[in-house]
Amino acid sequence: MKNYNLDETYIINPQKESALSAKQVTVSYGTNHVIHAADLNFPRYKITSLIGASGSGKSTYLRCFNRMNDKIATVGGQIMYRDTDINNPKINVYELRRHIGMVFQRPNPFAKSIRENLTFALKKNGMTDKDELEMRLETSLKGVALWDEVKDKLDQSALALSGGQAQRLCIARSIAMQPDILLLDEPASALDPISTAKLEETLKTLSDQFSIIIVTHNMQQASRISNYTAFLHMGHVIEYDETENVFTNPHVRATEDYISGNFG
Amino acid sequence: MNPKRSNQIATGTIFGLVVIVVLILIGLIGYILFNGVPNISWHFITAEAQAFSAGGGIRDQLFNSLYLLILTLLISFPIALGAGIYLSEYASDNWITNVIRTMIEVLSSLPSVVVGLFGYLLFVIKFGFGFSILAGAIALTFFNLPLLTRQIEESLRTVPNLQREAGMSLGLSSWKTVTGIILPAALPGIITGIILCAGRVFGEAAALIYTAGQSAPVVDYLNFNPLSPTSFLNPMRPAETLAVHIWKLNTEGVTPDAHQISSGASAVLIIVILIFNLGARALGSYTYRKMTATK
Amino acid sequence: MDKDNIQVRLMKSSKATREDYFGKTICYVCIGLITVLVGCILYFITSRGIATFTQNHVKLGQFLSGTNWNPGMLDSHGNPEVGALPMIVTSFGVTILAALVATPFAIGMAVFMTEISPKRGTKLLQSVTELLVGIPSVVYGFVGLSVIVPTVRHIFGGTGFGILSGTLVLFVMILPTVTSLSVDSLRAVPVHYRQASLALGATRWQTIRKVVLKTATPGILTAIIFGMARAFGEALAVQMVIGNAVLMPTSLVSPSSTLTSQLTTQIGNTVMGTMQNNALWSLALILLLMSLVFNLVVRVIGNWGKHKYES
Repeated sequence: MKNYNLDETYIINPQKESALSAKQVTVSYGTNHVIHAADLNFPRYKITSLIGASGSGKSTYLRCFNRMNDKIATVGGQIMYRDTDINNPKINVYELRRHIGMVFQRPNPFAKSIRENLTFALKKNGMTDKDELEMRLETSLKGVALWDEVKDKLDQSALALSGGQAQRLCIARSIAMQPDILLLDEPASALDPISTAKLEETLKTLSDQFSIIIVTHNMQQASRISNYTAFLHMGHVIEYDETENVFTNPHVRATEDYISGNFG
Repeated sequence: MNPKRSNQIATGTIFGLVVIVVLILIGLIGYILFNGVPNISWHFITAEAQAFSAGGGIRDQLFNSLYLLILTLLISFPIALGAGIYLSEYASDNWITNVIRTMIEVLSSLPSVVVGLFGYLLFVIKFGFGFSILAGAIALTFFNLPLLTRQIEESLRTVPNLQREAGMSLGLSSWKTVTGIILPAALPGIITGIILCAGRVFGEAAALIYTAGQSAPVVDYLNFNPLSPTSFLNPMRPAETLAVHIWKLNTEGVTPDAHQISSGASAVLIIVILIFNLGARALGSYTYRKMTATK
Repeated sequence: MDKDNIQVRLMKSSKATREDYFGKTICYVCIGLITVLVGCILYFITSRGIATFTQNHVKLGQFLSGTNWNPGMLDSHGNPEVGALPMIVTSFGVTILAALVATPFAIGMAVFMTEISPKRGTKLLQSVTELLVGIPSVVYGFVGLSVIVPTVRHIFGGTGFGILSGTLVLFVMILPTVTSLSVDSLRAVPVHYRQASLALGATRWQTIRKVVLKTATPGILTAIIFGMARAFGEALAVQMVIGNAVLMPTSLVSPSSTLTSQLTTQIGNTVMGTMQNNALWSLALILLLMSLVFNLVVRVIGNWGKHKYES
């Protein structure tokens, strides 16, 4: 692998209302540092992609934003959400995760009915009104364009859904909580091209209501759907700009090599 | 000797060993069933046991075995569940967990007679329970806990980590994630585990001789007040189980038809355990199919 | 939801944090209960077991090497007659003999099930072994008493009770345990080991002996130790066929008594705190210590196995 100067970076600060901003975030497993002082400002109601090679730390970085790394790694620095540092150990992570939802690489529906998949967490959070639950169920499923496909089998097991349907169900499950921010960790990596296209369509629509941060290893996907793109390499944020600029006019050598396929 | 020849001899020897083992197994099960089943009749299952005359049944012993089994599971399941959840969800990889795991291993390898004697010492004598169903159920709980805990832990571990992350990412507490998502998903394995443990508990005798006692007092099956001394539900009465009954008939030898009764009782034990075994499989795969909606 | 509200809620504990606390507490209590329980068992059995030596001033050496067991009586020197050697010898005798007989059969079964038999046969044998693990020990004892003891009596004369009958009953009892654990350890040998060996032109038996069994040795040893632990601690099945006479075994067919059989038959006949009773608790202590030793051996073998794989 070529050696790039990791200090050579180009990072803009979008002059927009920010949904989340990370300041000097570091992640380490024991003495092994995997993310180094990454600074990013994620604008509201936009889609931001995190791209980079395998092992560049993009997933680990994403997981900091709703504290999914708590049990496995030490996270340093500040992550500001609504003027609150959510990396503070005193933060109520359960409350936080209701505002910042997450969808994972592989579809992981619960071994329950489709209806229960969406309403389980709502009910556990104290929503008891049946009509309200039904309404959330319907709007969330419509939000991910799954309603028409499953409205007749809401009480069947969610494990019988296809991969693409299951992944959209997982997104619906997250948005049913009405979060502010949606984190997606390579959500299309286990899907076929048609399901992927549907998923991307869904995400674009959702960006009207949610701020979305998506990790992807697929550069075309990043360029198709996102407004902003950050390129990570070896735990460093190398370049962060509007997506168009990153792909047409990258400022840093490493980024240029990566997007042109000359990397490594 | 050339390799080909030794290959043939070895294969032949292995076949021979397997045939002998299979013959022993068939002989064993055949003996129990052939001698036992003819002795099983409605009278045998519903009549009281006789000490000094022939023609006794096993009604009380059978009921005691079942009652003890239920009490044991009622006591041991919640504890094993909590311990299993601890081991699969909370335990971190450090020396404390190591000590705990060693303790559980030690408990599971203790001879059941030692566990029974401990129950005798502590509950029957020190706490003054006397020979009672309760003391027996507690002793069986000790005997049952390590295995059940391990079964539950393993079933929980088979649920992919993704399910935990899904629950967490929705803002559910880890407790709700475990009880509401992981536990239902692990249910097939847990059910199988419980039933297999039930089979073991049902046939255990050594831990009971000095805890639940060796006598089956006459009880009234219509008296539903658990506090009444004659009630069949009274947990403080002594209770000889089926397995203990077989042992006692064969060691004291005062009952004239001891052999017939033991044969019948052994067959009943084996049949019940067989039902548990098959039931565990059937129920486990049924719940699994039901949950995953596969045909 | 207004902005300040969220900030406040992010810093406050909620139902979820309380649930977590609650759940954690329950689980810690459960696991604590089990740990304390094991501690209690170890403590109580030990404290009763050493009373023979602390209260009745029996010498440990005398206890372990004496051959006269008559805890109520005093010998010519005025010491209580508590020689546990006959029971120790018998216990070890039946355990070791049963393991010796069971091992070839268990390995044969395991090799057959993992290396030779078609899938169907394996499945059948596996369910049968599982079923056998579940057969209660009194049933083994009963069959031993009504089949093995008369047969032994017929062939060798005497009463038929004794170490030989005990060994045969225990052999059948531990066979399924040893077999199923051996099967597990043979299955753990990677398939490519076998393929590599067969590809080099080795016969099936050469592959099994030099590659599969060699790699699985620690696992098979563990299986045998588990079987021995089960045999050593087994009470009722042995008690029914051993004869229960506390005598030094003179032959395989002379009635004798194991630690467990003596305990089960006698503890109800003695009064707490007396010499007779204390002596019995000392036997229980030996059982407990031996079970710890078996545990330790399994661990040592486990470590050895790990190193073996690494090197």
